[in-house]
Amino acid sequence: MQAVNVGATDENDQLPAEQHQGDVVEDGDQYLTFIMAHEEYGVDILCVQEIRGWEAATPIPNAPSHIKGVINLRGTIVPIVDLRQCFGLEAIEYTAVTVVIVLKVETEKGSRIMGIVVDAVSDVYSLAAAEMKSAPDLGDAVNTDYIRGLVNVDGKMVILLEIDRLLSMDDIPNLAEVSRQVLSGAADAEAQ
Amino acid sequence: MAKILAVDDSASMRQMVSFTLKGAGHDVVEASDGVEALKVAKSGAVDLVISDVNMPNMDGITLISQLRQLPSYKFTPMLMLTTESSGDKKSQGKAAGATGWIVKPFNPDQLLATINKVL
Amino acid sequence: MSIDLSQFHQVFFEESFEGLEEMESCLMELDPSAVDGEVINSIFRAAHSIKGGSATFGFDVVADFTHVLETLLDEIRAETRGISQDDVDLFLRAVDCLRELLSQLQQGEQPDTEVAQELKAAFEKILREGGDTTTAVATEPEPDAGETGTQSWKIYFRPGTDTLRTGNEPARMLRELAALGQAQVTVAAEEVPGLGALEPESCYLGWHISLTGSIEKAQIEEVFEWVVDESEIRIEAQAAPASATWSIAYRPGTDVLRTGNEPARMFRELAALGDLTVSADTDGLPQFSQLDPESSYLGWQLTLTTEADKSSIDEIFEWVIDESDLTIETGAEPVSAASTTVAPESEPAAAPAAPAPVPTSTPTAAKPAKSPPQAKPSGGDGAKKAVETSSIRVGIDKIDNLINMVGELVITQSMLGQLGTDFDLDRLPNLLEGLSQLEHNTRELQESVMRIRMLPISFAFSRFPRMVRDLSRRLNKKMEIELKGEQTELDKTVMEKIGDPLVHLVRNAVDHGIEPPEKRLAAGKQEEGKITLNAYHQGGNVVIEIIDDGRGLDRDSILAKAVEKELVTERDAGQLSDEQVYDLIFHPGFSTAKEVSDVSGRGVGMDVVKRNILALNGSVEITSTAGQGSKITIRLPLTLAILDGQLVRVGSHTYIFPLVSIIESLQCDSSLVNQVAGGCDVFQLRNEYVPIIRLFDVFSIEPDSRNLGESLMVVVECDGEKVGVVIDDLMAQQQVVIKSLEQNYQKVEGISGATILGDGTVALILDIPGIVKIAGVRHLTDNQVTSLARSHSNSELMALSASA
Repeated sequence: MQAVNVGATDENDQLPAEQHQGDVVEDGDQYLTFIMAHEEYGVDILCVQEIRGWEAATPIPNAPSHIKGVINLRGTIVPIVDLRQCFGLEAIEYTAVTVVIVLKVETEKGSRIMGIVVDAVSDVYSLAAAEMKSAPDLGDAVNTDYIRGLVNVDGKMVILLEIDRLLSMDDIPNLAEVSRQVLSGAADAEAQ
Repeated sequence: MAKILAVDDSASMRQMVSFTLKGAGHDVVEASDGVEALKVAKSGAVDLVISDVNMPNMDGITLISQLRQLPSYKFTPMLMLTTESSGDKKSQGKAAGATGWIVKPFNPDQLLATINKVL
Repeated sequence: MSIDLSQFHQVFFEESFEGLEEMESCLMELDPSAVDGEVINSIFRAAHSIKGGSATFGFDVVADFTHVLETLLDEIRAETRGISQDDVDLFLRAVDCLRELLSQLQQGEQPDTEVAQELKAAFEKILREGGDTTTAVATEPEPDAGETGTQSWKIYFRPGTDTLRTGNEPARMLRELAALGQAQVTVAAEEVPGLGALEPESCYLGWHISLTGSIEKAQIEEVFEWVVDESEIRIEAQAAPASATWSIAYRPGTDVLRTGNEPARMFRELAALGDLTVSADTDGLPQFSQLDPESSYLGWQLTLTTEADKSSIDEIFEWVIDESDLTIETGAEPVSAASTTVAPESEPAAAPAAPAPVPTSTPTAAKPAKSPPQAKPSGGDGAKKAVETSSIRVGIDKIDNLINMVGELVITQSMLGQLGTDFDLDRLPNLLEGLSQLEHNTRELQESVMRIRMLPISFAFSRFPRMVRDLSRRLNKKMEIELKGEQTELDKTVMEKIGDPLVHLVRNAVDHGIEPPEKRLAAGKQEEGKITLNAYHQGGNVVIEIIDDGRGLDRDSILAKAVEKELVTERDAGQLSDEQVYDLIFHPGFSTAKEVSDVSGRGVGMDVVKRNILALNGSVEITSTAGQGSKITIRLPLTLAILDGQLVRVGSHTYIFPLVSIIESLQCDSSLVNQVAGGCDVFQLRNEYVPIIRLFDVFSIEPDSRNLGESLMVVVECDGEKVGVVIDDLMAQQQVVIKSLEQNYQKVEGISGATILGDGTVALILDIPGIVKIAGVRHLTDNQVTSLARSHSNSELMALSASA
């Protein structure tokens, strides 16, 4: 199992993905993006502690199905969350290339470390705040608090997550549905 | 850059002084009372002594007068950390050979401004 | 430079709490009729440190309050006033109040100042009433209202001859003045003795300084602040000086003094010609202590207003002109830049002719004496909840010990590493030896690390003398308290959790145990009751004893109460042993006190005490002799960080039982399993019926077998009752290090924590009461036991089960 440290922004050249240049500016916030169910999501790279391969976790009795269990991360007990199941996506089987992103998130009870299982790590982008669009208002029915914004990178939409907020929510939303609505809302806005 | 001896029985004050001075590039040695400070001072010359007055075992004024008697500390600047209520301490300190004083409470900037005067 | 002062807050709080404890114990020890100066000094010092720290870190509420305390203590220390028992009580209340204020601040809460205000007023009243009031704080007179705009000052400064011996160099102060504005310095060398008589450590010079700039008098006073007492200092607003004709830059060669030419002498001669201003260029001046008294380091900038011509000036310098740098120019121009004598900051030779109205070109940055307005130290006002990062102070010997262990570990590691590089079977004995050494090192290291968390139990005991004192005053009882084994060490976490139960037990002893003085006398005892707290190590446990020499527990009244509360039947009552009877007082809602007192409450609590102790994997028992007193014995594990565990397997899962909770483990025999109404299975264990918990059901996991006959059962104790937990297999017994699940996840019902096994995987530690709760196990009612027993026609069972 390999672990890659991406704790600090200036170390991002160690990331498995190659640095994306393109039309993005250099000195914005940096985001690590990952793929789930063909959509690309981004998290603030400052939250990312490391990226690891999947390893068996010790299941926690009577835990919800998206909590895969706990692992030993250099002496600390760290829970692993399957983001697919968490978001109401269909669970897929873990393979040798399944990736766990270890995040440090701030919650009301202090900072916590947890791992999220995603389909694949995609890229690192530097994004200026100006490039980010806020999520379209989908009405009161759909809570989009945990979406920091949307950004268009090379013609595809990336949803940037407020990971702190998302992982401390009591009731984790069906992200697949929200993503679909958010993306179509954004597309409509662009078309006008 | 100077080597400074910071003496205070209060760990928080000592840490604050030491952190501030180190941040300004100085080399800091610490002691928690006069007896310890005297030992430290004898083991290697320092360029400046900053000492609290009220301390167990040996107070700051005794410390300063003892240091002054050492040949290598004849002219070393020595500052007392004192509170405004202890006005007579200032004259006692002077009599013992203190260079000056810093009145508590002080903040890191005040501390640095004062030590820059004597270094 | 901005430094976040909040990083020192935690240390400040910790040392302040320690200081308060010191104050408290000194106050307790203080005898108002014979005041020990050293004790007062210690109290004063603690208050003084708290005041200094709180003022520095912006906790003004605490600083203000402590200030009054300190003033009063200072007077007591100086023996200008005495101290009464009432004063001591007031000081003790102040200690409580400060503790409260500080802990509120530590929690990031807004402190409640009501009590502080009240106490402060009481102290101020005392201060006003008696004692020598001459210690009133001298407030410095406000400096003159700031004159803005350019101002010229004429300053005379004649330091005391001993100034150098206090480390105050006049040169430093002159530099500071120069930094305030444009300074011209004239040396007043009249008092300098001849070089031969000169004492190198004394200061003979005086200076006339004319200072121009946007300067307030206070700024100048501040420069001289440290020397004002022993120096002669005059500061006057200055009128424009007369015009000058000659500007002279003079830097003698370093050997000038050896030639007998004293610059001071030359200046005297120049001064004789007219009006002379001299500014010393001190840049070439080494530290005084490194100064060679026979060398000359100074350069001078002289301005001479005179009717004399250049030749008269030249004449004065005639003997030294060869070895000196000398420029003599007419007019007010600044001295040529080529002149090496002029340092940038002392370039003020500027316009001595008419310096007064010079527009301010004083760089604003040149104000080192006054710091810019400071942002309020953060923390005190921050609304954010302080995240409590508790820390621990560790004796240096423990750290040294640890370093030694690590040293040994490194040696073992390198030995093993070498073995590994070219290993063959011949060297197997070496490998085994290395591994056993490694095991030894690891164990020692583990023990040393655990020892770091250990604190002497005096931390928990220290509050009791005060508490007993206060309680006895309130209850009109006389008693003393004795602390034994205060150095006995205990894990910090255990210490924190045992504090409240101990308080409760000691209160009970004072309130219910010790009799009023008249009853004690009547019983032929000493008037003064005695409570002893004792601690010692025994095996892997810490034992804490609370002993009183009071009335002892009354078996009959406990039994009467227990029967009344239907805790036991009258029939059983007579058969109970003394221990069983005394144990009844730990039952919820049990109280033998006839009247409810405000000291030990309403009898709630003894059950809580027991529960808390059990939660620490400890135990508590009481022994008592009527009329002679009681002894409560608490046994606690040394540490909560390590657990002796029994690893078990259920399906593919590994769990850990705390070894202390296991009574026995055995092969299940399905013929001994009965189902009772309510769906609960019980196992007939010899003469008892034990409820069965299937761990795979509780945790919803897949076992090897659901057939009880193929399973093992671990019999554990939970709240004094036995429970059988069904598992697939027993594995190793080992010590495990307890890790928190809650740190990154959350509390899990039935799990008390996690640990990391030898292979690096995580195993969960079982929380037996939690599992019992999930399983919904109820113990059998008497009727159920009776009917079961009938069906098994086991007559023995009836008698035994009744007491279960």
